[in-house]
Amino acid sequence: MSDIVIKGHIGIGGAVSGIALVASDNFSARYDLDRIAGVFSRPSHALVGRNYVGRVLILDAAKGGVATSWMLREMASRKMAPAALLLNDANPIMAQGAAFAGLSFIDRFDQDITQAVRDGERVTVDPAAGTLTIHRQD
Amino acid sequence: MKLDDSEQAMLAGEQGPARQWAIEQQIAVGNFFDARDMVPVHQVHIMADTESLGDSGVEFLEKFAGLCWKERHCLVPTVTDPRGIDLESYKALNQEEAFAERERRTIAAFRALGVMMTDTCINYQIIMPPVLGEHLAFGDTGSVIYANGAMGARSNFEGGPAALAAALSGRVPRYGYHLDEKRRGTRLFEVTAQPRSLSDWGALGGVVGRHLESYWEVPVLHGLAARPTSDQLKHFGAALASYGSVALYHIIGVTPEAPNIQSVFDGAAPAPEPVSERDIAAFYRSFGVHADKVDVVVFAAPQLSLIETQSLSRLLDGRRVHAGTTLIAALPPAVKADADRMGYTATIEAAGGTVLQGVCFYNMYARETGIANGWKRLLTNSAKLVNIIQGYGYEPVLANMEACVDAAVAGKMTR
Repeated sequence: MSDIVIKGHIGIGGAVSGIALVASDNFSARYDLDRIAGVFSRPSHALVGRNYVGRVLILDAAKGGVATSWMLREMASRKMAPAALLLNDANPIMAQGAAFAGLSFIDRFDQDITQAVRDGERVTVDPAAGTLTIHRQD
Repeated sequence: MKLDDSEQAMLAGEQGPARQWAIEQQIAVGNFFDARDMVPVHQVHIMADTESLGDSGVEFLEKFAGLCWKERHCLVPTVTDPRGIDLESYKALNQEEAFAERERRTIAAFRALGVMMTDTCINYQIIMPPVLGEHLAFGDTGSVIYANGAMGARSNFEGGPAALAAALSGRVPRYGYHLDEKRRGTRLFEVTAQPRSLSDWGALGGVVGRHLESYWEVPVLHGLAARPTSDQLKHFGAALASYGSVALYHIIGVTPEAPNIQSVFDGAAPAPEPVSERDIAAFYRSFGVHADKVDVVVFAAPQLSLIETQSLSRLLDGRRVHAGTTLIAALPPAVKADADRMGYTATIEAAGGTVLQGVCFYNMYARETGIANGWKRLLTNSAKLVNIIQGYGYEPVLANMEACVDAAVAGKMTR
């Protein structure tokens, strides 16, 4: 096993480890999720049908509208949130939502994280340091 | 971040727990985006539909509503985006009583904070239009992009909790579209398409939006022959923000910060990307048609202006919506009052249509309401709505207002 560390911008929230759920697609809680069932529901989303609860969600860019900033906390209150959210490119809504929810959140990495991390890998997220560590099984 | 004396006092809790929470949130977001300080805002627009809030969000608002007036009231004029339930119509729409109760609690909490319940996403048309250069904290992507693009005002997307924080602190972190350097164009679109209807303008926003990568992109449009109306820019911006998740655009010769191409780019303009009539037609086609049956025809997202409401009532005058189809129009309460007074509501209702106020279709528990009423095949003239509503289990199709009304009467699309 080897650790690969990827550097991002300083983020929001606490350090957390978990299993990565990865796709080269974008993210909006309102547009993409069935938040009651805890699965991606938008038919055209790369993760449609996949359960995100407790996963470290790794996607490309923030999309959609403003609702995600309320929804992340609401999802967390029902224990139906991802463990962390990592994006190549955030927008204000995701940062505001993460701050409100206390969700671990980082963006602006030195490489494309949707390519660097394999779906199902174990990762550690450290927003204070702005790092994503992949615990890779060789 | 550099904080002034008032901000330091809020952070220390000297102005109560609500303002302390607000400034803490804003510092976290400001640091995330490398803001150097805060900037005062003139107006706040809060998105807080109860579907998004959930019980946890309502309880959060109620906690602040229980503080003394000095500690809880909004420091700047604060208005609301559409609600999740129209309390006058929810029973007819088979919506759950629990949703209505959550809505009543939210309204009571907001009123306690001194929030004005305007319940509209078109506050920039009907409440207080933004002014060139003024800093705002607007909370709906469509209202932000209109304020920034059409008016040259300055706002980031301020989601519900962030807009609430801005209302409580009277300021926002200064980053993104509050800064001159972030308002420069990043992409150039040469438009040979000539949009006519509102849905054409929405489709144009959708086509351009699908090309954009992130919030930080600023598309610049050149070549449009038409001088758009406020309603046309409303549909264009709402769709552009929905598909592209962007907050600012420039249209050369139309919007205030873009008198010519040279003025919106640093250095040489990027290579132009063409947008033709074929792209617009392909955008419509990508949603298909409902040739067999239409369950629900929706005019919303954005809510209708009085002018759109008049157009709709004229198209429906003397006709009858098909028994198997529901027609819904979502109006701001202020427009609904005018539409009632001018007889437009009566005309739409006489044709069998439903006029809702203070809600929008997608944020009124669209999934549950769709299931309760058997709605799946949806037709609308809103390019924004067809984008959002797919995730709620609908099959949306886009057409102009005239075709939508014809389909509502026939019960299916006939052209």
